[in-house]
Parts: sequence; structure tokens; C-alpha cells
Amino acid sequence: MTFERGLPWWKQLVLQALALLVAFSVLFPVLWIISMSLDPRNLSRPTELNLIPPGASFDAYLKVMDKPTANPVTFTELAINQLKLAGGVSLFAVAVAILAAYSFSRFDFRGRRSLMLTVITVLMLPSIASIAPLFVLLNRASFSDPETGRIIFNLRNSLWGVGLALTSGQLPFAIWNLKGYLDTIPRELEEAARIDGASPNQLFFLIILPLATPAIAVTAFLSFLSGWTEFAISWQFLNQPQDFTLAMSLYNMTGPFSSDVPWSRFAAMALLVAAPVAVVYLLAQRWIVSGLTIGSVK
Amino acid sequence: MAINTSNSEPSDFGRWWMRTTYVRAAYLYLIPSFVIMSVITFYPLLYQVWMSFTSYDITNLRINSDPPEWVGLKNYIDILSGALSAKVTNFDFVRILSFNLIWTFTNVPIHVVTGVLIAVLLNTKGLWFKGVYRAIYILPIVLPTLVIATVWRNMFDQTNGAITLGMISLGGLFNIPPEVFRIRWFESLDPPFALFLPWQPLPWSFYAMLIANIWLGWPFMTIVATGALQSIPSDLYEAASIDGASGVQQFFNITVPLIRPAMVPAAMYGIITTFNLFNFIYMMSRGGPLGQTEILVTQAFKIVNAQQLYGVAAAFSVLIFFILLGLTLLTNAITKGTERYDI
Repeated sequence: MTFERGLPWWKQLVLQALALLVAFSVLFPVLWIISMSLDPRNLSRPTELNLIPPGASFDAYLKVMDKPTANPVTFTELAINQLKLAGGVSLFAVAVAILAAYSFSRFDFRGRRSLMLTVITVLMLPSIASIAPLFVLLNRASFSDPETGRIIFNLRNSLWGVGLALTSGQLPFAIWNLKGYLDTIPRELEEAARIDGASPNQLFFLIILPLATPAIAVTAFLSFLSGWTEFAISWQFLNQPQDFTLAMSLYNMTGPFSSDVPWSRFAAMALLVAAPVAVVYLLAQRWIVSGLTIGSVK
Repeated sequence: MAINTSNSEPSDFGRWWMRTTYVRAAYLYLIPSFVIMSVITFYPLLYQVWMSFTSYDITNLRINSDPPEWVGLKNYIDILSGALSAKVTNFDFVRILSFNLIWTFTNVPIHVVTGVLIAVLLNTKGLWFKGVYRAIYILPIVLPTLVIATVWRNMFDQTNGAITLGMISLGGLFNIPPEVFRIRWFESLDPPFALFLPWQPLPWSFYAMLIANIWLGWPFMTIVATGALQSIPSDLYEAASIDGASGVQQFFNITVPLIRPAMVPAAMYGIITTFNLFNFIYMMSRGGPLGQTEILVTQAFKIVNAQQLYGVAAAFSVLIFFILLGLTLLTNAITKGTERYDI
């Protein structure tokens, strides 16, 4: 007896058991964190495993929205900072990078190969490995009151400085990723337009840009994602609470001095940080996943 | 162009100008990126090389402070010889580098093998609820690594973590006392397997991170493998089964060679990502206990962040650059992945 063509019932049963086991292992941490975030008892730590805690409520979320850490900043302020950082860097990097990607992908010129090698070489270096010079150099851009000597503005100690440091790594990534995409767009259309006398600018704005829109969106999202979860540079650069970001606060809630943070609040915070990017990811999964490999691997 | 009506022949300059339209455009389009990168990427990296030969530290940070002292190769020698451990606790370059390599080359093969097997499972014809499973299996990719690492750290908590509580209730069914499962995952210095790697016994926190990173890593490989599997024509399998090939034979003689071109670049990508997995390790084990699970990038960050030895950090980053260059060239050479770079 078979349930479906080619798959005997015992095989279906074994494979279903395996697939369920994998699904359970994937869901286990996710369900645990959701269940903890709904725990109303404000327990410091959970003492048993249960899917839906008794008297489940959204209290922990409300507390986190109000004041996630000991610093006097609300969740909204943290989220806005993170959004400025991730969104600003992503839009700026992609807008500049698409121009370079067009040049690398479509034109042949002297120095192309060595310029591209420069981009790949920089790309290879993780952002942590350039944190020391960026910190030292951006710290020089400091302006103080000539009378009191108090520092009015220090580029390093601001979201602008962190944004510049992030762009330093995101721009080569965006160039390479977009170039990878543009290479996959067939050239026939442009060649026809070129014979008809279209200028390079016309080719870019009328043909390449419309065709590359999905690629631009995916690259912008990937860049946004790395800004949304950026921790090291913000942690090193920023020390005024009004500039703090979500990633820094999440670390504060689990780091070495967090023994008094109830886990229900940590769980709510973790889910609130993850939710926006997870939702976008799920909705645009098909495009994003193919975009993950194209630039970094190809 | 009304001025030029009398003479329709363009001048030499005009011809040259026309001919180079596309080359000029190519350079023009590169200018914004390269101007910006010169300021915020290339210059800092060159500055870093200079810094690496100086004693740059917190006293040189103020604007009008004295320039740092030129110390030649001292920073490099201190790092490589281990003399730096006087300033940076638990510093041991050889241990960090070898742990970094062990970390990478234990994780990635497991990700690839698990990922491929699960992709094959999901690709079985006639399996029910495929859509549901696919939707669930994507979760580890969708959630930010930063969040995953903090959650898994708490999962491994010795008294209240979900792993500990889960193992205690499972063990209770077999009358195993709960104390057995109260493992100090992130503090214990006793290696759980003394004989495995006798020259560098790995602490419990390595295994905790290995488990969490397997959870994190296989779904990406499954997605890559699924794409490759679906492009294999089914006649190949039909022909093979007519010829009497078993499922295992089909897997090794058809599936493996045909998905290899897709898996090799994915594995290379995995190697580089895992080698530099900063957020994950910094959030989960924080390099502990006693720096045993420190990787190069987490150590580099600590030299800047905790010790504030900017000159040493610069030298350390230059070394990281060459190690990564070596690793990239090596993986490229082994896998012949270089052919896929379209330069």
C-alpha cells in the first residue's frame, strides 16, 4: 500500500519523523523565547519549561518599550537611532555603489582589473580589523568651546561617526554585490540601444537602473541588516546614552552586569529587535536568499 | 551644435572625444565611490599600517598630544612571541589562531553535510507538508545572529537554561540525578573530552557554541543544496534505478557530483563567515573561559575596547589581514573556486 506514488507508507513515516525532529530542534529556542516573553510573573529566571506560561500577558513588552535598560532611553529612541544608522548607511552606500558597479560591469578600461582587486581586498577584511584607525582618526574631528574647553561635538562619539565607519565597510560590499547582479543582466538590450546612439547616461538611467531595481533592493536590505545588528563599532565609539542603539542595549541585557534583568524582559527585547528584519526577510525570502550568495561567492 | 555647420568633418579632438565617451563615463561613474573609499577606507587602512609600528595608546588620543613613539616591529614581535600577555590577559597568539581554525573547520563541514542531508530529505518525492517544513527551516537564517547568540547563551544557563531544564526532565525519565546536567558551560575549564585534541583541549563553551552554530548554519546550506538538487533531471535517477543502483549509490554517484559546483562556493562563503563570526562569539561565550574560545576578531576588538592599545591592535589587524589572505587563497586553490571569480 502506498499513500502517494513512489513512497511506501513506512518510508513516509520515517521521513516524517526525521523532518519533525529537525523542525522541533529549530523551533525549540524560538518557542522558548516567545514563551518567556509572555511570562507575567516578572521572575528573575524561569524554573521550568512550559509552552504558555500561566497568566500569559504582554507586560514584559510594555516594560521594555518604556525603558529597556538602566539608561534613561526608551525603546523607541533606541530603535530610531538604529534605524538612522542602518537606513542611512544602506541608502548612501547603495546609491554610490550602483554607479561603480555599472562601470565595473559594463565598461572595459585601463585599471579596471586592479581597481576591482582593490575592492575585493578591502572586502576581505572584517570591519573589526579597521576599528582602531577609524576610532583614532574620527576622534580627531573634535570641536570644543574655546572659552571653557568643553567638547561640543566629537565626530567619533556620534551616530555620524559610527555611520562613516560602517560605510567604510558597506560601500565595498555594495559595489561587489551589485556588480555580481549586473553581470547576470543580459547585454543585448544595451547593445541595441548603444548602436542607436544612446549615451552611457541614458543606458544607465533607462536600461540598467530599472532592470537592477530588485538587486538594489536586496543589496540595500542586506546592508540594512548588518547595520541593524551592528554592535562592535557602536559599542566602541558611543558613550552618550541618547545615541545608544538596540544592539548595544540587547548586549547590556545579557552582558556581564545583567544579573538583575528579568529574562522575560530580555526575551521581549530579543523578539522586538528580531521582528522587523525577520518579517521583511520572510516576505522577500526568495530574492534575498539568492542575493546572499551572488556577490559574496561569485 | 549649430556653430559647426560649415564644416561637417569633426576635428581630431572631436573624434577622440567621441571615441572615448564610454571610457570617460566608466571613470566618471567610479569617482564617487573611490573618492569616498579613499577617505574612509583606504586612508584609514594605510594609517593602520603606520600605527602598527608605533606605541599608539590612550595618551596619544587627545588632539594636541605628542605623536606616538616609533617602535618598529615591537608590536608584531610582542604579539607573535606572546610577550603581549603581560598587558593583555590570557593572550596567546598560537592558541587563538589554532582555536580559530578548529572552530571554522569543525563547524563548516557539519553545516554542509547536515544541510545537504536535510535538503535531500525535503526533496523526496511525495513527502507530505514540505511547505510547512520549508517555512520552519528558514527561521535560523531570518533571525539576526546577534539575537540568536544572546538567546543561546541563556539556553545554556547552568540552572535556568532551556537546555539544562530540558535535559533534567529527560534524564528524570531514566532516573538520572539532575546534578549531572548542571554543567557550567561557559565557566568550566575541564574539557569534556580529555583525549580529543590533547595539545589544545576544548572547553565546554566550545561545544555549546558548536551546537548553537550548527543550529544557525545548516539552513543556508540546505537552501543552496535545494536549488542545486531541483536542477538535477529526474531521468538520471530513473535510469540509475533501472540499472539497479541503490539509494545510497545514487546519492554518491549522482547527487553529490551534481550539487558540488553549488556547494563549493557556499562552503567557501561559510568558511570566511565562520572564521570571522564576531557577533556570535562575543555575545555567546565572550571568548571565555579565560580566553579559551577567543577568535582573532574578538581578541582584536578587546585590544581596542578593553586594553586601548591602538598600536598593538593595528599590528594585530595587519596580521589578521595576511591570515585571511592566506586562508582565502588556500580555499580558492583547494576548491579551484578562483575560476568563478569574474574579473
